[in-house]
Amino acid sequence: MGSTITEKILARAAGRDEVHAGDIIEAKVDLVLANDITAPLGIAEFEKAGFTKVFDPARIALVPDHFTPNKDIKAAGQAKKMREFARKHEIVNYFEVGRVGIEHVLLPDTGMVAPGDVVIGADSHTCTYGAVAAFSSGVGSTDFAAAMAWGHVWLRVPETFKFVYSGTPSPWVTSKDLMLHTIGLIGVDGALYQAMEFTGEAIEALTMDERFTMCNMAIEAGGKSGIVGFDEKTARYLQGRPDGSRARTAGQVFASDRDAEYAHVLEIDAAAVQPTVSRPHLPSNTAAAADCADVTIDQVVIGSCTNGRLHDLHQAAGILKGKKVHPDVRCIILPGTQEVCLEAIADGTMQTLIEAGCAFSTPTCGACLGGHMGVLAEGERAVATTNRNFVGRMGHTGAEVYLASPYVAAASALAGHIATPEEVGAVKGGSR
Amino acid sequence: MIFEGTVHKYGRDVDTDVIIPARYLNTNDPDELASHAMEDIDAEFVTRVQPGDIIVATENFGCGSSREHAPVAIRYSGVSCVVASSFARIFYRNAINTGLPIVVCPAAAADAEMGDRLKVDLAAGTVENLTQGKTYEAEAFPPFMQELIDRGGLLEFVKSRVGGQGE
Repeated sequence: MGSTITEKILARAAGRDEVHAGDIIEAKVDLVLANDITAPLGIAEFEKAGFTKVFDPARIALVPDHFTPNKDIKAAGQAKKMREFARKHEIVNYFEVGRVGIEHVLLPDTGMVAPGDVVIGADSHTCTYGAVAAFSSGVGSTDFAAAMAWGHVWLRVPETFKFVYSGTPSPWVTSKDLMLHTIGLIGVDGALYQAMEFTGEAIEALTMDERFTMCNMAIEAGGKSGIVGFDEKTARYLQGRPDGSRARTAGQVFASDRDAEYAHVLEIDAAAVQPTVSRPHLPSNTAAAADCADVTIDQVVIGSCTNGRLHDLHQAAGILKGKKVHPDVRCIILPGTQEVCLEAIADGTMQTLIEAGCAFSTPTCGACLGGHMGVLAEGERAVATTNRNFVGRMGHTGAEVYLASPYVAAASALAGHIATPEEVGAVKGGSR
Repeated sequence: MIFEGTVHKYGRDVDTDVIIPARYLNTNDPDELASHAMEDIDAEFVTRVQPGDIIVATENFGCGSSREHAPVAIRYSGVSCVVASSFARIFYRNAINTGLPIVVCPAAAADAEMGDRLKVDLAAGTVENLTQGKTYEAEAFPPFMQELIDRGGLLEFVKSRVGGQGE
């Protein structure tokens, strides 16, 4: 019996010839990360346990992206603890405001993740980096503290749930729609404790930005990780990372064996997937966007670690170009990184979005978790390209969040209610 | 360890955003976090909870965010342990790592009702519903996780792995 890509990566990290689903291993970590919410708690645990040294300052990333630029005095205190720890331990990959981006866009884009890596992060969306054929998984602050001291993490080797997407999606269907549709099929614990391996011609056809979106939401199905196999798109993406970065200089390419053992295999006809939304209050509560036209909205959020990459902003700008956001709607853009902002300026995307009446935020998780930069009041409703629509997720417990792709979010911003691009007269391939 | 307390019962997919809303994550002070425990699913929880009480929920308890503030808030609210049909994986790790006792017991979780009295014997692996007069067998932890629990959490275990630090 062969091995899955996830088993092969974990075997390498555990220094074994092979590992199997269910094995408990101690895996060497290539990158450990935390943010301004999870790091302060982890740092406190690290110090309380009496640790004085990190295993390798170059393999730790501290990313103050959630409540920054500091949203209030307490948040400023938490950010300060993180900054001081970074200085004390000479953590080179500490990203100050002005250079910081949303961690799961920033770290792969700066070349910190290579294929075959094991990455753990004190943030549930750490699963994003599976898009570059790495194993990455979210943990809590104590696991982060332990990994900083130890350079290892204990893991139960997950079973793998394989998804095979056949066919060509229709024009306005993105990887976000594929993923929401998938979560709708299997439920928010449909892949509990499992690695989600995304395969098939529809996945091969996706851009790297879109693959990140899929892997990002593995956690919303309960998954431990999400992963896409290495191909020439992965190679091209990695070649584009900064000189001397980890992605350019290291890594090991693994692939699942033909006779690998899977816990489940699910075949999905991508051509049959429609622009999809997740209604309140679970990502699995999916419906066709076209069936939700009666849902009026107050706010649209486009961006986040799920859909804050350049490709996503291009999709939104393609819909909004030359038009105006509905007078009753606030449309907020949360770009992934400063680099994304610069590229959006250079190619005119930012101008298009601002002329349409969108507010452009600094890169921050902010509104996604009801932190700042777009908190919802009681009774308000939002369409967001983010990843969670739990009760109170973006503000008041009496607010509602509908998850959607950048296309549907932008179309909804124009219409003032949930809308498909077709409804607002968008033409595929039209000028930006 | 044996816990006996009143049940606070919830359904499936209780996420960490309702256990401790993000608006309170600008601190890691355990008592402050505890003062908002379960706020967005049960606003009265903090006024009702008594030391030793037990949270019972069905599938996928603790799904969503990785925030360790969630098990911390529950533990410092006075809750002695959480019984569920299943736990989301990051919450499961965080509970073991931080010393919040958790028990996987689908039948006990399904039957228990708000206000029932429950007795959980971790060593024996049993859950007893004193109100309904039923006893259930809980799932045993895999040996490695039991070792982490016995050692007093993950960081105590890691100290044994990292020479010269944390002694």
